[in-house]
Amino acid sequence: MKRTLFASVAIAAIALAGAPVSAEEMKAEVIHWWTSGGEAAAVKVFADQFTKAGGTWVDSAVAGAANARNAAISRTVAGNPPTAMQLNTGKQFDELVEGDLLADVDAVATEGNWRGVMPAAIVAAATRNGKMYAVPINIHGQNWLWYNKTVLASVGAAEPKTWTDALAILDKLKADGKVIPLAFSGQKNWEQNLFNAVMIGVGGAQMWTGILGKRDVSLAGSPEFKTVAITYKKLKDYVDAGAPGRNWNDATNLVIQGKAGMQIMGDWAKGEFVAAGKVADKDYGCTVLSNGSGGYVMGGDVFVFPKAKDPSTTKAQMTLARLMLTPETQIQFALKKGSIPVRSDVDTSALDACAQKGMRYVADKAQQMPSGDMLAPPATIGALQDAISQYWNTNMSADEFSAKVVAVLKSQE
Amino acid sequence: MRLALSSRLSAISALLPALVVMFVVYIGATSWTVWMSLTNSRMLPNSNFVGLRQYQLLLGNDRWITSVHNIVIYGVLFVSLTLLIGFLLAVAIDQRVRAEDTIRSIYLYPYSMSFVVTGLVWQWLLNPTLGIQHVLRSWGFEGATFDWIVRPETAIYCLVIAGVWQASGLVMAIMLAGLRGVDDEIWKAARVDGLPKWRVYVSIIIPMMGASFATAAVLLSTGVVRLYDLSVAMTNGGPGIASEVPAKFVMDHLFERANIGLATAAATTMLITVIAVVAPYLYWRARKGEMR
Repeated sequence: MKRTLFASVAIAAIALAGAPVSAEEMKAEVIHWWTSGGEAAAVKVFADQFTKAGGTWVDSAVAGAANARNAAISRTVAGNPPTAMQLNTGKQFDELVEGDLLADVDAVATEGNWRGVMPAAIVAAATRNGKMYAVPINIHGQNWLWYNKTVLASVGAAEPKTWTDALAILDKLKADGKVIPLAFSGQKNWEQNLFNAVMIGVGGAQMWTGILGKRDVSLAGSPEFKTVAITYKKLKDYVDAGAPGRNWNDATNLVIQGKAGMQIMGDWAKGEFVAAGKVADKDYGCTVLSNGSGGYVMGGDVFVFPKAKDPSTTKAQMTLARLMLTPETQIQFALKKGSIPVRSDVDTSALDACAQKGMRYVADKAQQMPSGDMLAPPATIGALQDAISQYWNTNMSADEFSAKVVAVLKSQE
Repeated sequence: MRLALSSRLSAISALLPALVVMFVVYIGATSWTVWMSLTNSRMLPNSNFVGLRQYQLLLGNDRWITSVHNIVIYGVLFVSLTLLIGFLLAVAIDQRVRAEDTIRSIYLYPYSMSFVVTGLVWQWLLNPTLGIQHVLRSWGFEGATFDWIVRPETAIYCLVIAGVWQASGLVMAIMLAGLRGVDDEIWKAARVDGLPKWRVYVSIIIPMMGASFATAAVLLSTGVVRLYDLSVAMTNGGPGIASEVPAKFVMDHLFERANIGLATAAATTMLITVIAVVAPYLYWRARKGEMR
C-alpha cells in the first residue's frame, strides 16, 4: 500500500515536471475561463487555427473568471508563466506591464494594421506606453435591452429608443398586470450593470467617462447625476419579489417564456434566446437606449502574453496573436461566442440581426463607449458596485447615494 | 549521556517538520499579511508603505462595518441556538426511544453536507417565488409571507437558520455522548428524592456536562469566524450588502477586486479580534495550570 502510494506520487511528480520542449515545435499553454458549451466551442476556433499552423495547443481552462485570472497571474509572478492568458479588456494587466512581465505584440499589430480596423477605445485599452500589449479578440455590448416582441405588442408598444420610452412601456406592462415588466437578476454585478445602462442612457457619454474615467467628484454631486440615480431607483417598481439573488440567465428565460417584458443585459444573453430556438427580430428584439450622445458600452476579452525565456515560446505567442485577429478566425469565433468581431472589415452577413446591429453601433465613432473595466481599476469598480447595490436594496435617498459615490471616487487614490 | 543525546536528537528531528510548518506557514504568512496591510498593494504585492491608510479606509467602508455587525449577529445566534437545539435533541433521544440509531443518523446527516449545498437548498426553500411562501400561497393561504431572504433587514437571519440546521446534529452527537457519561446512580438518587425530570437536567446534568458544552462551543465558534461559503451560496452577500461577512470581504477584495492592501487590512483586523477574544481564556488556563 505504502509502496504503491510512494510510486504514484513519484510518477505524478515526474508528470508535473513535464517533458522538455524542443526548440522546433510551437507549444502554447493557454489559460482561459471559457468552460460553458458555447464558450468552449468558441475557444476551439483558436485552438484549431493554431494546430493548423503547426502548433500544439495545451488547453488550461479554469472555471470562473476570477479563478482563472488568479491562477494565471500568480504563475506569471512566480516565474512559471503560461504562454497566453485571457483577461477582460481593460485595466487588469496594468500592473503586469508595470512589472515588465508581459511581451508586447506591437510588431504583429502594426503588420496586421490592427489600429486601422479596431475601435479606438479598444486599441487604447490594449495599449500601454504607446505599445500594444494585448490582443483584443471580441466586443461584448454590455447595455443591450432585450424584449419579448409578443409581450410588447400585447400592450401596443413599439421598440423603445430612450429610457423615457422604456419607462412608459414598463408603466403599461405594470398596469396590464399580466407579466413582470422588467426581468431582473438581483446580484451585485447585475445591479451595477443596470445602473451603468441608465448612466449612459440618461446621463450620456460625458457623464460616463467623467465619473468612471476622470473620477470627477463635482459631476457625481451634480443634478444630472441625481436624475440618473432617481431613474435607476424607479426601475425597482417594475421588478418582482423573486429578483434578489436570481441568476441572469433565469431572468433572460422569463423574457423568453413571455413571463416578463424586457431585460437589460449584455449580448451574452443572446445565447439563451438562441438555445431556446428564438429568432432575433421575430420573437425578440434588441436595442440600446440612449439620449442621443452615444452609448454602446463595449466590453470584451483580450489575450496577453507573459514574457518568455526561450524563443520558441515567443514564436508561439506571436503566431497566436496573428491568428486570433485574422478575419476568418474573428467571424468564426464571434458566431460561436455571441459577441461581435473587433475588426470592422469582416463580412458580417453570417451574423444575426442583433449582432449586425451591434456592428453598426461600433462602426459609428460617436457610439463607441469604453466599458467601466477600461476606464477604472477593479478596486474602484468594486467600491462603486457596493454603493450601487446598497442604494438599490435600501431606502437610501438619491442625495445620500450621490454623497456615497463622491466618497468612493475620493477614496480611490 | 550518549543515549540521552541521541534520543533528544530524534525528538528534535521528529518535531522539526512541525516547527518549520509553524514558523514558515503560520508566523511567516501572518507577518507577511500584516506587512501587506501597511502598503498600497493592488493586484500584485508591492512595498509602498502607506502606514495605516488601509485601516482608515476599512473603518470608513460601509460593507466592512455591515460585515462585522453581521458576524456578531450570526455568531451569537448561531452558537446559542445550535447549543440549545442540539442539547434538546440529545435529551429527546436520551429518553430511550426506539430506532435511536436511525434518528441519530438523520439528525447528523445535515452535517455531512457542505455549506454550499446547504446554502443552495435553503436559498430555494426561502425564495418567495419558488419556496415555502409560494407553496403556502398555492395551498390557499393568500396572505402567507415568508420573504426574509429578499429583505435586507432579515437576510442575515436566513444564514442563521441554515447554519443552525446544519450544525445542530453535530452538537446533538456531542451532547448525547455527554449524557451517556452521566452515572445512572444520579438518576436513581434524583428519582428517590422525587425531583421532576426537567429539574434534574437543569440543576444537575447540565452543570456536569461543562466539557461537552465547551467542546461544542469551540467547534461552533471556529465555524463562525470562517463563515464564507454559506453567504456566497445563499445570498452572495445580498440583497445589497445585507448579508456580507468578514471572510467574504477579504476574499472578494483579495481576488476579484485586486485590492490586496485593503483585503489584508481586513484579515489583520479579524486576526486581532480573534486574539483579543481568545487571549483572556488562554491566560486563565495558564493561571489555572500554575495553581495546580
